[in-house]
Amino acid sequence: MRKILIVGATSAIAEQAARRFAADGDALFLVGRRADRLEAVADDLKVRGAHTTGTHVMDADDLAAHAPMLDAAEAALGGLDTVLVAYGTLPDQAACAAEPATAVAAWHTNAVSQIALLTDVANRFERQGHGLIAAISSVAGDRGRASNYVYGSAKAGLNAFLDGLRHRLFGSGVQVLTIRPGMVDTPMTAEFDKGPLFASPEKVGGDIHKAIGKRRAVCYTPGFWWLIMTVIQSLPRAVFHRTQL
Amino acid sequence: MPDSAHASWGRYPASRPAAVTRATDRHRAVPEAATPVLAYGNGRSYGDSCLNNGGTLVETRGLDRFIAFDPTTGVLDCEAGVLLAEILALAVPQGWFLPVTPGTQYVTVGGAIANDVHGKNHHVAGTFGRHVHELELRRTDGDCLHCSRQLNADWFAATVGGLGLTGLVTRARIGLRRIEGPYMDVDTRRFDDLDTFLKLSAAADADHEYTVAWTDCTARGRAVGRGWFMQANHKPALGQKPDPRRRGAPAFPFTTPVSMINRATLRPLNTLYFHRRWRSAWRDTQHYQPYFYPLDGIRHWNRAYGPTGFLQYQCVVPHTDARASITELLERIAAAGAGSFLSVLKVFGDVPSPGLMSFPRPGVTLALDFPNRGRPTFELLDALDGVVMAAGGAVYPAKDARMSGAAFRQYFPEWRRFSAYVDPGVSSSFWRRVMEEAQ
Repeated sequence: MRKILIVGATSAIAEQAARRFAADGDALFLVGRRADRLEAVADDLKVRGAHTTGTHVMDADDLAAHAPMLDAAEAALGGLDTVLVAYGTLPDQAACAAEPATAVAAWHTNAVSQIALLTDVANRFERQGHGLIAAISSVAGDRGRASNYVYGSAKAGLNAFLDGLRHRLFGSGVQVLTIRPGMVDTPMTAEFDKGPLFASPEKVGGDIHKAIGKRRAVCYTPGFWWLIMTVIQSLPRAVFHRTQL
Repeated sequence: MPDSAHASWGRYPASRPAAVTRATDRHRAVPEAATPVLAYGNGRSYGDSCLNNGGTLVETRGLDRFIAFDPTTGVLDCEAGVLLAEILALAVPQGWFLPVTPGTQYVTVGGAIANDVHGKNHHVAGTFGRHVHELELRRTDGDCLHCSRQLNADWFAATVGGLGLTGLVTRARIGLRRIEGPYMDVDTRRFDDLDTFLKLSAAADADHEYTVAWTDCTARGRAVGRGWFMQANHKPALGQKPDPRRRGAPAFPFTTPVSMINRATLRPLNTLYFHRRWRSAWRDTQHYQPYFYPLDGIRHWNRAYGPTGFLQYQCVVPHTDARASITELLERIAAAGAGSFLSVLKVFGDVPSPGLMSFPRPGVTLALDFPNRGRPTFELLDALDGVVMAAGGAVYPAKDARMSGAAFRQYFPEWRRFSAYVDPGVSSSFWRRVMEEAQ
């Protein structure tokens, strides 16, 4: 039985991953912004076999709320061995381009608050000498593109942060997993026309569950995104700038 | 262009909603929409009762959370977008089974309630709605009603079998049935005519929970109604084997350019299936999956009917003159060279259905598919309606895409009382069609 904290537990991807943890009989501590939705997810996971489920209401943008939340999670589960950071927003790129404050707010949620939270978690895990930190980043962080570079750059910052954290914690017994999903059919992408590249939250949640089980370092999900992003990253600028990506 | 992502299972008629929204949080009101809304579950209704051409579809599969399950009593509380397959995956390993199941497990709980579905155990268990202890109904005006046979009983009766028209069902509490394992004891025997079917059924219903027959819809004259009768019970603990690992089902890969079920294939395949074994009776043990859901073994099997889709027809005729009525229906189908391989006969019991608009009622029911060949198919189905109306029977709205408003109102005499419960913000292609010329 693992003791797993999920921050952003009502997100569609996190919920699907959590169902698999529940089926494994893990103990889960769920954090999100809305109490009634958290309760609905927690009840479901309990029925699906979770050993225990605790919930905690928190807005991750409020950095001062992180430490008390981690204390509560450790107290509720009697320690932690896995943390999945799954929250995030997909800002409107046009609004971010027009208004600096919007761009900064997107960065605050998708990069700054995550760096704050992950630093605290990393220090706790380093002290206890074991643990697995998984964070949901995005393929958007692999190269800044006109269509969503504010979101993408925040994820790029997160990627580099996680790479460095993994480097720092090498040999300490603490694992760091960067999850890079492609486009996923969730409420976050409700406004998009869904093409064949869109994956279901079930698929991505299942891949996350597997990657955590295998203690991998980086997980593209679905796997074909690794190839797509390798191609996009290797495009010469002269070509790249003529694309509509 | 029609919307293939939100088609019905028969893939007829073509339809295009003006908008599609999702319900993912049961605590929230029905999503606001500019046009009348209709809940769309897993799209397994055959005809147009799950379609809303020009209106708004509210996808309910996002409401897929369990709320509570008590493994000592078998009472399950869940959101309405949960699939019956998901309930089975949860409950069977804990010794519980669906109290009533239709021929596919890929329907939502909300859909099972809205169509008050039935199964091979109708003669003992009645319809699905009888096992719903309570449901939550959200109206488009923001009201949220808790309905049971005691609480808001009139709303409960209107919503069970109410085709999704009374509002959005967001959660339900259901009583499951105890089982000792996933296996079934199945008795299969060949019968040569309709009289034998009726005799076999009458004899089997007392000590078998599940009875159903496949019938050869191409047989005529003395052989009319011939087929295979299957009677089954859940297997007791003794003789249970471990649950096999489930594998993914293969898919029918593409829509064939013409229907695979056609004049050239229909008769030989039905005849072959009737004579598929030398032995005329045997007994075996089957896992519940192939027993209850043989068609779920091939995903997208509806593609085999080609681009024009198919129409399913299910009717029930009262016991009085059932033999004559079913004979006439089968004769007309065989004479037209229509039908399919999947023709089913079943005797409904007299357990009362809980919904104002529930389809099951005492009598004999016949269900079969028709590849959509255009006018001849529709003329045949109208002729079948003539037989069913004269017999005082009914046709199942969940499977219908073409019955006339007059026929509907004769089959469902409570329609006027029911229409008072229809949410003014909800509508469906089916409802607009059958209400067109009603006053």
